[in-house]
Amino acid sequence: MNHLDIAVIGGGLLGSAFAYGLSTDGGRVGLIDEGDHAIRTARGNFGLVWVQGKGLGMPDYARWSLRSAYAWTPFSEELQAQTGTLVEYHRPGGFYVSIDDTEFADNVARLKQLRDEAGDEGYDYEVVERAALCEQLPGIGPDVPGATYCPHDGHANPLKLLRALQEAFRLNGGTYTPSSRVTTIRPVNGGGFEILCEGGREFGCEKLVIAAGHGSAELGKSLGMEIPIFPVQGQVVVTERAQMTMTYPTNYVRQTDDGNYLLGPSARDVGFNDETETTTLRDITRRCTTAFPHLRQLRIQRTWAALRIMTPDGFPVYLQSEAYPEAFSFSCHSGVTLAAVHATDVSRWVLDGHIPSQYRCFHPERFDVPA
Amino acid sequence: MYRRRDPISDSIMIWFCDRRIEAAADDSVAAALLAASISCFGRTAVSGAPRAPFCMIGNCFDCLVEIDGETNLQACLVTVREGMRIRPHPGNGFGDDGEKGEA
Repeated sequence: MNHLDIAVIGGGLLGSAFAYGLSTDGGRVGLIDEGDHAIRTARGNFGLVWVQGKGLGMPDYARWSLRSAYAWTPFSEELQAQTGTLVEYHRPGGFYVSIDDTEFADNVARLKQLRDEAGDEGYDYEVVERAALCEQLPGIGPDVPGATYCPHDGHANPLKLLRALQEAFRLNGGTYTPSSRVTTIRPVNGGGFEILCEGGREFGCEKLVIAAGHGSAELGKSLGMEIPIFPVQGQVVVTERAQMTMTYPTNYVRQTDDGNYLLGPSARDVGFNDETETTTLRDITRRCTTAFPHLRQLRIQRTWAALRIMTPDGFPVYLQSEAYPEAFSFSCHSGVTLAAVHATDVSRWVLDGHIPSQYRCFHPERFDVPA
Repeated sequence: MYRRRDPISDSIMIWFCDRRIEAAADDSVAAALLAASISCFGRTAVSGAPRAPFCMIGNCFDCLVEIDGETNLQACLVTVREGMRIRPHPGNGFGDDGEKGEA
C-alpha cells in the first residue's frame, strides 16, 4: 500500500488545483484519478475566468469569484514559470452582450442588485450603450442594444490549465495515478484513511480531499458527508481558426489565442447525457450570430457537450467531514474561475485542518430547511 | 519525407498550385501531397505558421486546403480525382476575398 500524507481524489480542475497547491508544502501528496471512461467535466470547459453576474443572493460568492480573478495573474505566471506552459490567461475585462432590450434591461437590473447587496465590496461594472459598444466590439449585430462590461473578467485555455496544474504538481514531487477509480474509502482506527481503487491499487493517507466531480456525492457518503450535486449539461461549438478580431471575451462568444471562436455554453437538465443535439446547437449559433453576424462566414469544426457540477443554488459546496475532520470535499461548477483560490486559499485550509468561519457560507447546511 | 509502401498501380494526375503531382486513385489528398513531399498545406490564421496533417483521421484540422475553389476542406477526408486543383488554405478564416483578407 502506498502511504501518503494527503490524497486528492479526482484529477479534474478542482482536484488538480488542490494537488498542486498542497504539493507546495513538501508533504507526500497523491492525486488519484479515473481512466478514460470518467465523466470529464474538465475537458469540456468554455474557459471564462468570470465574475460578472455571479453571486446574486450570496454576496460572499461574488467576493470569492472576485478574489480568484485578482489571484489569477500571479497564479498563471507562477504556473508558466514552473512548467513553461502558457495557460493563455488574459484579463481585458468582459462584455455581457444582450441581444434584445428586455435582456439588456434584465441584465442591467441584475448587476445593480448585485452591487446593492454587496455594497462597497461588490465588483465594478459599466453599462455600455450600443453606440459606444460598436467602438469596443466591432462587428456587433444590428439588433444588439448594448452590453455590460466588467473589468475583472477574462479567459484562459482550460485544457492547458489542467495540464499545467498536473505538471506543476509532478514537478513539486507529487504522484499522479490514473485509471484508478476509487471504490471505497475506509477510515482507519487512530486516524487516517484507506483508499481502495478499481484495478486493485490501495492507498493509505492522513488527510483526504474529495474532488471527484459527480463522483463526490457517493464517496462523501461513506464519510458522512451529504454533497448535494447534480449534472447540468453544457454544449459548446468551435469554429475554424480566424484572424484575431475579438479583443474581449463575452458571456457566450470568445476567441482563443489560436483564433478559434468558442460559442456557447448552453445549460440543459438532461441527467448524465453528454451528447450534443441539433436544436441546442442551433440555438447557440443563432444567438451568437445575432450578436456577431460575421461568425456566419466561419465553418464549425467541432461541437461537444459536458456535464457541469451544479448545486441547488449554483454556489460552491465546500465541506469538512464532522465525523472525520481530516477529510474534505469540494464541489463547484466554476473550476476555471476559482482555480486560483483553489490552488492557494483552499489548499491552505486543508493544510491548516479547518475551513475558516468566513467561508462557512459554502457549507451545504444552507440547504437544510427547518421542518 | 514519406515513401509509398506500394508502387502506384492506378495512376492519376492532380495539381498543387502550379505543380503537377502523380497520385494513386485511392489516395486521400493529404496522403498524395505528403507522398509528393509537400510539407506546408497552409498557414495558421493568427501567427502564419505552416501547417501539415497531424492526425490523418479528420480530427486535427491542420490539413485544411482549398480544392477546386472550395476552401476549408480537410485534405485527409477527400479522395483525389483526376485533374483536381489544390491550393494552400488561405488561413484567415474568411476566405481569400473575405473582408479580413490575408495580408
